[in-house]
Amino acid sequence: MIASLLLSACATQVKKTSGQMQGDVYTGTDTVKELAKGVPDRVFFATNETVLTTASRDTLRKQAAWLRKNSSVNVVLEGHADERGTREYNLALGERRANSAKDYLMTYGISSDRISVISYGKERPVDSGSNPLAWSKNRRSVTVKAN
Amino acid sequence: MKSIYILILLFLIPIKAFALIEVDITRGNLSPLPIAVSPLSTDKESKKNFEVLLKKKDIGSAISSVVENNLKQTGLFNTLSKDAFLQKPNIAHLKPRFEDWSLIKAQALITGKVTIVNEKLRVEFRLWDVLAGKEMMALAFTTVPTNWRRVGHIITDKVYERLTGEKGYFDTRIIYVAEEGPKTNRVKKLAIMDQDGFNNKYLTLGNELVLTPRFNPTNQMVTYLSYFRNLPRVYLLDIETGVQEVVGDFPGMTFAPRFSPDGKKIIMSFAMDGNSEIYTMDLENRVVEKITNHPSIDTSPSYSPDGKFICFNSDRSGYQQIYVMKSDGTNVKRISFGKGLYGTPVWSPRGDLIAFTKLHKGKFYIGVMRVDGTGERLLTENFYQEAPSWSPNGRVLIFYRETKTNSEGEGFSAKLWSIDLTGYNERQVPTETDASDPSWSSLLSN
Repeated sequence: MIASLLLSACATQVKKTSGQMQGDVYTGTDTVKELAKGVPDRVFFATNETVLTTASRDTLRKQAAWLRKNSSVNVVLEGHADERGTREYNLALGERRANSAKDYLMTYGISSDRISVISYGKERPVDSGSNPLAWSKNRRSVTVKAN
Repeated sequence: MKSIYILILLFLIPIKAFALIEVDITRGNLSPLPIAVSPLSTDKESKKNFEVLLKKKDIGSAISSVVENNLKQTGLFNTLSKDAFLQKPNIAHLKPRFEDWSLIKAQALITGKVTIVNEKLRVEFRLWDVLAGKEMMALAFTTVPTNWRRVGHIITDKVYERLTGEKGYFDTRIIYVAEEGPKTNRVKKLAIMDQDGFNNKYLTLGNELVLTPRFNPTNQMVTYLSYFRNLPRVYLLDIETGVQEVVGDFPGMTFAPRFSPDGKKIIMSFAMDGNSEIYTMDLENRVVEKITNHPSIDTSPSYSPDGKFICFNSDRSGYQQIYVMKSDGTNVKRISFGKGLYGTPVWSPRGDLIAFTKLHKGKFYIGVMRVDGTGERLLTENFYQEAPSWSPNGRVLIFYRETKTNSEGEGFSAKLWSIDLTGYNERQVPTETDASDPSWSSLLSN
């Protein structure tokens, strides 16, 4: 009985994990907040990558559409890395991630004047876990209202 | 840094080249040298004065404990238990009965005396070769009484140098980042302490995130990254006055700062539009120079001790690797070619090696390689560790290590560790709080 419980717990755990990641990019919604109704505030990255995934581009297009409608709002893009890298390199990586999000918003008509960028490297994880799922949630660029 | 007030007053006997005891520090030492550190003797009058001044009951024993602890931490010495000592400290200092000391297997003996002269602490000490029955060294110096721990460190430096033939690293400090709070929202402060963990002092309050502090060559200034007003920039801090200033008015994040070996420049990364490049700033005239020019990430620069070369971290090959270039940015060469990713290169103060962090198959290593990339040697493996910093004699590395959290995300800690260049003698460096980003000062006195 106990063994079968443990087994089923394990099974759901695995399913849940794979359901929340594609490759090693986080696809879940656990940590995602809304910039506005129906507009997710963050995009996720693969390990050591700064390339935007299809899902990330979709999120950023929604953000751009909302920002075009709300032209008085400025945003800060906060770039983050997971804990599996050296501190200084991760600061650079976070900056590069936030800038790939910025570039994408700009191609959808948002002026660079309205966007500032900050990197936190690995200093501000959302998930304190030491496992691939936690790391995937932490590799992110978060769009935050600046005013 | 507190002004150094140490005068070497007399050399009782000039050192001659006898075939005396020597300690080999180039290999892992499996048979540490048995050494007896006799408590420094004090006369009654001085003892009373020290009690009033320093609130220390027995300053002689306290100083000898500093020496003993330093020697033990090197892994090169086996400090013998005081319980077995037969001779009284004051008599031993005049003329040791070598038979008594060889009976307890001591090969070397340190004796000394501490007194108060004109409100100054005066210490004299001798190093004896027990087997040869000879004095190897005798020194005396005076300082302000509150410097008593430094006296212990200086004695250790002299003894270490006499027995190993290399400069010591005991009268030094570590600047580091003290950490507290949950992993998702750590509070970080700059902190400074003696190399053995004592005299800890916080230099910032923790109101803003601070990272990667590094000393200038004279140990009076520190350059570091601060998120003051949420603008991550390189700062300069005068340790004595506490004055902080931002270095340069860059239109974006500056990070990964270090001083040039002459202390005149700061070398750092500047990130803009997704590209990090390495720059220098002359601290006198504030002239900024761009050193790298590549669309990849270029960071973690560190000068060679002669100032002619810079090693740095770049992912221009696709992944983090270590590169070396001339200090004007020309002649860029990749030097790391092993399996895995390489970061945080730091040039040894001796000039012959570069220490680094390596990530391979989910493990982090601290290692060293020659400056041309050959002779890679990994010293220690762990779940997470990085950011080595050299002892001033280039024999020991200090770095930080973080623990893996459990399935609830609990159990996180960050601590400082040190390891010998030989790969032996790995040990935790005591800190009041969690700690990271250590940087070792040069010798405070010479």
